[in-house]
Amino acid sequence: MASTEETVVGEAPGGLSKEKLLELLRAMLLSRRFEEKTAESYQMGKIGGFCHLYIGQEAVAAGAIGALREDDYVITAYRDHAQALVRGMSPNSVMSELYGRIDGCSRGAGGSMHMFDKSVNFMGGHGIVGTHLPIATGVGYAIRYRQTDQVCLCFFGDSVVNGGPFHEAFNMTAKWELPVIYIVENNSYGMGTDIDRVAAVDELFTRACAYAGKRAEQVDGQDVLAVYAAVERAAERARTEKRPTFIEAQTYRYLGHSMSDPAHGVYRTREEVAEERERDPINTFVDKLTDAGVLTDDDVEAMDKEIIDEVEAAAEFAEASPVPGPEEVYAHVYSDEYRGGPDGRDAWR
Amino acid sequence: MAVITYRDALNRALREEMERDDSVFLLGEEVGEYDGAYKVSKGLLDQFGEWRVRDTPIAENGFAGLGVGAAMVGLRPVVEFMTWNFALLAYDAIVNSAAKMYHMSGGQYNVPIVFRGPGGSALQLAAQHSQVPDPWYANIPGLKVCAPATPADALGLLKSAIRDDDPVVFIEGELLYNVKGEVPDGEHLVPIGVAEVKRPGADVTIVAHGKMVHVALQAAEHLAKELEVEAEVVDLRSLRPLDTASVIESVQRTHRAVVVEEGWPISGIGAQVVDDIQREAFDSLDAPVARVSGLDVPMHYARSLEKLIVPGPEPVIEAVKHVCYLD
Ligand SMILES: Cc1ncc(C[n+]2csc(CCOP(=O)(O)OP(=O)(O)O)c2C)c(N)n1
Ligand SMILES: [Mg+2]
Repeated sequence: MASTEETVVGEAPGGLSKEKLLELLRAMLLSRRFEEKTAESYQMGKIGGFCHLYIGQEAVAAGAIGALREDDYVITAYRDHAQALVRGMSPNSVMSELYGRIDGCSRGAGGSMHMFDKSVNFMGGHGIVGTHLPIATGVGYAIRYRQTDQVCLCFFGDSVVNGGPFHEAFNMTAKWELPVIYIVENNSYGMGTDIDRVAAVDELFTRACAYAGKRAEQVDGQDVLAVYAAVERAAERARTEKRPTFIEAQTYRYLGHSMSDPAHGVYRTREEVAEERERDPINTFVDKLTDAGVLTDDDVEAMDKEIIDEVEAAAEFAEASPVPGPEEVYAHVYSDEYRGGPDGRDAWR
Repeated sequence: MAVITYRDALNRALREEMERDDSVFLLGEEVGEYDGAYKVSKGLLDQFGEWRVRDTPIAENGFAGLGVGAAMVGLRPVVEFMTWNFALLAYDAIVNSAAKMYHMSGGQYNVPIVFRGPGGSALQLAAQHSQVPDPWYANIPGLKVCAPATPADALGLLKSAIRDDDPVVFIEGELLYNVKGEVPDGEHLVPIGVAEVKRPGADVTIVAHGKMVHVALQAAEHLAKELEVEAEVVDLRSLRPLDTASVIESVQRTHRAVVVEEGWPISGIGAQVVDDIQREAFDSLDAPVARVSGLDVPMHYARSLEKLIVPGPEPVIEAVKHVCYLD
């Protein structure tokens, strides 16, 4: 995943190999197409519950996870489809989870907000704002405890830096020198609240300076290469110096907070959204690659078509996957036998 | 058999399990240099070093969540709360993270963690420091809950809790740390979810857990001596899974039951036990089941009222007399 050794194209963007550049583009395109399909399925009633789309923010997940090794850990909040896919989870298993089917990564128990896949060290999918930051600290603790050189990459939203768990977690991570990379996806809004209305600082990364010092930085989250470079540096630092890093990636979500929210109105204008779409992370990256001669327009179109087919196939797979049966209801409450009490307690079910 | 304190039994459990399995580590406020606020972790820092006995900042949600993360990738953390009152700040980590992870990951990420510390009232610590957390956790699927009353059970249950692959809430008694009792030599494990008859008797069943087991035993001695009533005291030991079968079995022999707990009555542990008894042993009962609990108020500082709020043997004796139609 992190090998960047191969043929570096002359003036290749970011000094990366062609293979790596294509991997980053593919990751972003897959996220985008997958979520367009997700929105469609949601509107058809095939997906339920809270469903938060990542469209507009793809460069953050692609760049950050692209800079990791396969044995590193990734953890995130509820806006998690793209991270799951980029980390290598199959579109079939993510889509089936969205559809609430047994072939879903979490067997239909988690849904949109709770994607997990232990085989690729993807640790969720967490629905309570801020809760997973201390969990990431714990993963970092375990890495130091076992004396390996893995890292834990932790994504979260801008609203998190105003809450207690962020500070509790980061203080311990810094004090004990744990290899955790915190990356805030600053899309300017927590649901419908402009971060400027509730944060006492203007620039979010300054919140982390108390714990990360100069290792708190800001990057353009719409530039996949900038994100990649920042996380690559942070990962190297985590592996060798065991120091945490805080990265503020400035990004933007095009759609509403979740599928049940409007894209604009009240807290932001239609014009603002249109303006942000101008610096679309996928389009700008495609331009960069075609300008540099890494790819032709035809190549891009072919990749896009292949991805669209893959996503359509995932939706068909999910549609055909069985719904969980009643035998699943108590199956994973405990890792040993469920012992709830006398049967009489649920006699009328 | 050696006679040791409840505190030393817990210390022995931690030491034995940390020696046995190097993925076990302890973290919490004051657990290292200071040997623990109640000295449960005495000597462990010296033996195991700072990565395995970690003094944390006063950030309950943070260090409880840290434990969850470490457990998800295979360590076996024991998180000490100075008391369970402070664990309210970690309720999110325990309930939303630890208890849910195995389920919402479809069985991929189990969380082998123990959250432990003292619960219940001590002496004149007033409302914020005298709470009984038992039902707050016993209500949560995904958690296991233990509340040992004796040194032997403290030792055996804590060792089982550390070896368990799921999150265990382990509620010690703040006033039990100095209680002495016999503890088996060698390896001693008590299974989670199994009650024990602490005193046999044929006339009435008294169900209790934690500190209230001692209150029930005192009441039983008095009843035997003064009224020739032989009470059977069933110690639940675990609150989830709840060993209802043992309670029912006893009530079917005695035909009468009094259910005792230190905490508040509304939606308390006793409410669940009584529900199971009325449904599973209705035909065995010779009297309605009685409950004794703490009074339904925040704890008073004044000793005169604290004594009134926390159940002692007297209300248990009165309740037994009532279900035996002796009052
Ligand atoms: C503790 C908590 N409070 C409130 C909510 C409801 N909620 C879900 S997402 C959200 C906004 C979070 O915004 P941000 O962290 O910026 O992430 P984004 O949605 O922009 O990715 C809120 C208020 C929650 N899930 N958890
Ligand atoms: Mg946001």
